[in-house]
Amino acid sequence: MMRYLTVVFMLILTALPYTAAKAKDQLVIGITQFPSTFHPNIDSMLAKSYILAMTRRPFTVYDVNWKNICLLCTKLPTMENGLAQRKTTPDGKNGVAVSYTIHPKATWGDGTPVTTKDVMFTWKVGRHKQSGVGNIEFYRSLYKIDPVDEKTFTLHFDKLTFEYNSIGGFNLLPAHLDEKNFADPLSYKNRTAFDTDTTNPGLYFGPFRIDEAIAGSHVVLVPNDTWYGAKPHFKKITVRVIENTAALEANLLSGGIDMIAGELGLTVDQAVNFEKRHGDKFQILYKPGLIYEHIDLNLDNPILADKRVRHALVYAIDREAISQRLFGGRQPVAHTSVNPLDWVYAEDIRQYPYNPKAANRLLDEAGWTARHKGIRYNTKGERLRLEIMTTAGNRSRELVQQVMQSQWKAVGVDVRIKNQPARVFFGKTVTERLYTGLAMYAWISSPESVPRTTLHSGHIPNADNNFAGQNYTGFKNSEMDALLEIIETELDRTKRQKLWHTLQRIYANELPVIPLYFRANPYVIPKWLTGIVPTGHQYPTSHWVEKWKSK
Amino acid sequence: MARFLFSRFLQSVIVLLVMSFVIYGLIGLMPGDPIDLMITADPKITAMDAAHLRELYGLDESIIKRYVYWLSAAISGDFGFSRLYAQPVLPVMWSAVLNTIILLGSSFALALLIALPLGIVAAMRARTCLDYGVNMLAFAGISIPQFWLALMLIIVFAVVLGWLPAGGTAAAAGVEGFWENGRYLILPVISLTIASVGTHTRYMRASMIETLRQDYIRTARAKGLSEWQVVIGHALRNAMIPVVTVIALDFGYLFSGALMTETIFSYPGMGKLIFDSIMGNDFNLALIALLFATALTLCGNFLADVAYVALDRRISLAELSE
Repeated sequence: MMRYLTVVFMLILTALPYTAAKAKDQLVIGITQFPSTFHPNIDSMLAKSYILAMTRRPFTVYDVNWKNICLLCTKLPTMENGLAQRKTTPDGKNGVAVSYTIHPKATWGDGTPVTTKDVMFTWKVGRHKQSGVGNIEFYRSLYKIDPVDEKTFTLHFDKLTFEYNSIGGFNLLPAHLDEKNFADPLSYKNRTAFDTDTTNPGLYFGPFRIDEAIAGSHVVLVPNDTWYGAKPHFKKITVRVIENTAALEANLLSGGIDMIAGELGLTVDQAVNFEKRHGDKFQILYKPGLIYEHIDLNLDNPILADKRVRHALVYAIDREAISQRLFGGRQPVAHTSVNPLDWVYAEDIRQYPYNPKAANRLLDEAGWTARHKGIRYNTKGERLRLEIMTTAGNRSRELVQQVMQSQWKAVGVDVRIKNQPARVFFGKTVTERLYTGLAMYAWISSPESVPRTTLHSGHIPNADNNFAGQNYTGFKNSEMDALLEIIETELDRTKRQKLWHTLQRIYANELPVIPLYFRANPYVIPKWLTGIVPTGHQYPTSHWVEKWKSK
Repeated sequence: MARFLFSRFLQSVIVLLVMSFVIYGLIGLMPGDPIDLMITADPKITAMDAAHLRELYGLDESIIKRYVYWLSAAISGDFGFSRLYAQPVLPVMWSAVLNTIILLGSSFALALLIALPLGIVAAMRARTCLDYGVNMLAFAGISIPQFWLALMLIIVFAVVLGWLPAGGTAAAAGVEGFWENGRYLILPVISLTIASVGTHTRYMRASMIETLRQDYIRTARAKGLSEWQVVIGHALRNAMIPVVTVIALDFGYLFSGALMTETIFSYPGMGKLIFDSIMGNDFNLALIALLFATALTLCGNFLADVAYVALDRRISLAELSE
């Protein structure tokens, strides 16, 4: 019912005039989620990253070209420039020591310089088991920090991986404000100044600071006087939370907001429809990113354990046509979990273009030869029947699911749709591998993210390991396990690229998962606004907010 | 009177205790906890990290133990922290309650101001064109989906005419003043009022028609009183008794918010708060918000009982406490 009402609403909007935007030294951004905390290291949430990126800077980020760069540090440490050095840890492991220097002008909004004291405090909080800080593995590995002077320090990790100089998750905390709140670590997550005194300028050192935060409603940002970089153009940025996307569109058209953030706004199908109606009045940018839509196959199911059936299932669906018709071709078809924008992407792997003839041949070879009313049966008289599940109410996924169901039926596979609310689907069905056939959802990753937890045989959840791990397909492959072990520690880019290519080849041949596409983020931006460059990865566009300008 | 008050207080405490356990248990029985949701969104979270986070948030304990901890803390006045808003529960809830009182209180008052006279007039002119017209409007109000109505109001008044804002609050738009605050309330209030006017009109009409058939009304008419004198002076008090019951039940609803309207108009009220806290496994916030709504429903029923006595002298509080 809701779907039809939304369609009616969209059609009516087509005929509507567009009202003028607000004054151009202020910007109102619409997003669909409010952060649960403003503490940079507790909870990982996109809404929080989006807002905080305007107020502070991580040491390193991936830029728009997916290259690791310095933002708060002055020089990216590498083995070649000597700022990173191999070290053996006190317990004999192959570790690494990495030196960083904080930008000399970096200063908290209350005038206190950003120093190594803040680095030490952040580390102390991160390592404490009761602090509630996520990214536990990072802090476990970071066993020592040597402060060199006020601005320079050396991090000691007990493991040398190719990501040794990427510390984007190590977000500095202001020791001068928050140290007293950490006196009782257990209650720190409730007492931190980020949530009890959110508008304190001393919490921020980016181009903007938070001036007002009303839970569930909006956040107002104003320029930070101590910002050391290029002066931001806007005098005020308001981030408004409007959870309903139809209302988000109406607010954009009525001038209530100026733009819709791509990171937390419309879905691609909504944006494609919006573009058809109002594309001449806005800039609409699409950036395929690291949200990998796919279908997990439960390999414990005897039907799916047969590789020929898995191959046939992919050949039978026309992913290119689905992307074209439902998403205006804005979401590229995926061939593995590695995005083509990633430098380790392999182009020469096996691909599965739409080929129902090949699907039929493979199913025949797999013994599903007999047909009754179009559906295949094997010699034992068993019906070729599978269940597909996804999150109920997700319109895009449900549409894709229906198209695939009919395409599979055309080659004789009876696929039944059995969707569940997201809470049940993710809370139980997927995590405890209770789905019997196919489970459709998305993974969010980062550039060159090693899929250890999703493909290593040691990460298959079961009752014995209390359902730990995320290898929900139950994929077991000794060659893949070995690759996953060595790929993380290979520093030579050429050698690592080869390992990545092998990994993608195994993935494409074994096909434990049906790759669908990489989801794109649609940015709806007023024509007068320039400087927003979508990244496609986990670091939002707002990290470069000082470059946003009005014409 | 004292017996009535004591009996009602005791009943309310028992109901609240039972409800707190039921709500806590139901939220706890929902599959998946916040950590599960975190894991499925981020393949880098290790099993050890997940176990540690569960321990930290107390999610590794049994539901009974967690409930006992919560109850003992609540009795001592500590209602805990909201996991979703990273703030103590009470300030988070009060701000939503205040917004809801303003929004739903205005629409509730407006709905009654329109519905009660309409229902009375329709009953007085039963089976006439006027009655059919009122009924048609009432049914339209009841049957129009709120989601659609809200969107249509936004399209017409915010997008096409540009007279009113499409949603949010004056604070979110950075404007101040009584008129500005009022402008942001007009569309959500209209949307909610249209939805409830129909229901209240139907109740008032049905109850008044029933009352107007009573013998004592016939007697009043025989005494030569005008129709309005009969209705206002004799029928209205008795006709209001079933309507008061409905209004009392609505009292709790008044504070539990209007999820659909709040979502469409991005209005930070109780409906949205309760929904988000349940979906986000924010036990403390969900519990207190739902218990608050329960307490107000009980309070509304208490006031209804008092109103019955005021409306009908034959009813006594002692009778109601039995």
